[in-house]
Amino acid sequence: MERMTFDLSKTPLRDVNQFLHRSLKAGDDRHIEVQNPDGAHSIAVGLDEPVTVEIHGHAGYYAAGMNKKATVVVHGSVGTGVAENMMSGKVHVKGFASNGAGATAHGGLLVIDGDAGLRCGISLKGGDIVVGGSVGSFSAFMAQAGRMVICGNAGDALGDSLYEAVIYIRGEPKSLGADAQFEPMTDNDYKTVGDLLQQAGMDHDPKSFKRIASARSLYHWNADANQEY
Amino acid sequence: MDMKPVHIKRRSAEESASFDRRIIDYIQNAAAHGLYEIRGLGAKRPLPHFDDLLFLAGSASRYPLEGYREKCTTKTILGTRYAKKPIELEIPITIAGMSFGALSANVKEALGRAATEVGTSTTTGDGGMTQEERGSSKTLVYQCLPSRYGFNPDDLRKADAIEVVIGQGAKPGGGGMLLGQKVNPRVAKMRTLPQGVDQRSACRHPDWTGPDDLAIKIQELREMTDWEKPIYVKVGATRTFNDVKLAVHAGADVVVVDGMQGGTAATQTCFIEHVGIPTLAAVRQAVDALEDLDMKGTVQLIVSGGIRTGADVAKALAMGADAVAIGQGVLFALGCNSETWVRDGQHYSAIDAYDALGTAPGFCHHCHTGKCPVGVTTQDAELEQRLQPEVGARRVRNYLKTLNMELTTIARACGKQNVHHLEREDLVALTVEAAAMSGIPLAGTNWVPGR
Repeated sequence: MERMTFDLSKTPLRDVNQFLHRSLKAGDDRHIEVQNPDGAHSIAVGLDEPVTVEIHGHAGYYAAGMNKKATVVVHGSVGTGVAENMMSGKVHVKGFASNGAGATAHGGLLVIDGDAGLRCGISLKGGDIVVGGSVGSFSAFMAQAGRMVICGNAGDALGDSLYEAVIYIRGEPKSLGADAQFEPMTDNDYKTVGDLLQQAGMDHDPKSFKRIASARSLYHWNADANQEY
Repeated sequence: MDMKPVHIKRRSAEESASFDRRIIDYIQNAAAHGLYEIRGLGAKRPLPHFDDLLFLAGSASRYPLEGYREKCTTKTILGTRYAKKPIELEIPITIAGMSFGALSANVKEALGRAATEVGTSTTTGDGGMTQEERGSSKTLVYQCLPSRYGFNPDDLRKADAIEVVIGQGAKPGGGGMLLGQKVNPRVAKMRTLPQGVDQRSACRHPDWTGPDDLAIKIQELREMTDWEKPIYVKVGATRTFNDVKLAVHAGADVVVVDGMQGGTAATQTCFIEHVGIPTLAAVRQAVDALEDLDMKGTVQLIVSGGIRTGADVAKALAMGADAVAIGQGVLFALGCNSETWVRDGQHYSAIDAYDALGTAPGFCHHCHTGKCPVGVTTQDAELEQRLQPEVGARRVRNYLKTLNMELTTIARACGKQNVHHLEREDLVALTVEAAAMSGIPLAGTNWVPGR
């Protein structure tokens, strides 16, 4: 496989992204290395071909934002909004992630080996997220579809105002958000968790996870809800 | 002579100013339901507005242009600051963001066709881009909203400009709302929601908080689109002076300021009537902010919220706007609140449908129910047939053309060969309130309250 390297200490980010948008062939599956990212924002955003981009170091905000088809691996930590609005493909953060990781992702798989900050998986729309560590408060807020696997614990208000997204957690949330509830695990759930853990390269026993989903009591206006939404 | 006092039986009919029939009705409605009222359209209360300004026009001291012959250009360019491909419009009157979901697909198509014919832009709304709108609208602004419903990189790349929506004049600080009746299978799929839920959008963006983050978000959108497309930032009018400055600092090419008269498809009445500031005050603050930063002409300003007539457009431009955006005006042009709807040239009465909603033409604001009597704000398969795209397109085209003719008539009378040459000096205010808010002197004086 052809390999290419960009050194962000020498090449402007604009040139790298321009190359990734305009110079790839349809179905391009090259392997592209990015050296010295130095926390730059918006690295490898808007990819639309099945390339693999490896970022060697820490990335800033919106790393691999709106990803489609591509695989992006960050050998370091990332700032806010990693893989936000991802459509497909895979984003793997080997370190930690800041706030809003995987926000509004419609598809694809986001793997974070370490912890994730506040609002991980907020407004998730169909993507899958696997977090090796813990997630911050307000994670999966208003998540509409997709699955979140949390191997550690969660902060406050996990799954507040959930729609149809499902959360699996191995540890404990500090508190559940409005309308989120624990539900029994079914065989299907164990299989889902097992598959996602395998794709993420993590080996926990699916049996050690609990399921959180929406009680669906906030789907319609209700005078008796007493502002509990 | 009998001097006994005469007692006239008189019905007691003194209405309280504090508790008038409207307020009594409100209280009793609240008591019956335990929920606030939700409705469509914008603020109904009287507000200082563009009607409170007048043009001075040409005379001995100024030289007018021939109203029917001499050229008066209306060309408008938006997004000249950073975008490689700024938006070029034939007229400074654009169509405001209104969602597919709030509006039917037919309406979205009608708006796109009309805008393309007159050379202006349409804007998507909270719910994503439809093929009907992209296919019919030559210049399409794609909104990036807190909910991100239907937001995706393919449509982003198909857009001609991107509008990051922070707020809306009808409800600054509030998220959108689409009641279950309008969340039909197609709308639900586009928004990734269960069919029929009362959808309440987020009021804050999921992946950025505050103006410093916004700057980085805008940079991401630019990187995504290779710095080609103009990026607008839309704010609901509140602390407009500061908000516009922050939007400029964050890197906006264009700032859109939406005053409290701006419409909505469904919002709490208390929000519509009691939050935000009038468009007139907001324009002045926005222009002050741009001038303060020496950004006038570099960052363009679009004003919306209660723009109805060509005179309104002219006044907004004279106060310093580069363009206006119209939402409710185009809905009325389409037939909103009309007594009839039209199919194949034949008019049919819509009165029964208004009656069923407990209202009548001229008063209807029931967009939130999805039971629009004239097929504009509906997702009902039968009702939406009441507005055929070609009929709607013709009406909106005529409306926009009329506004543009009125705009150039006024501009020529003021001696301008270009509508963008209209200036504050061409205006006077009719009321003390309007003078104070707009910073334009009261007619016949050089007095601006507070100066």
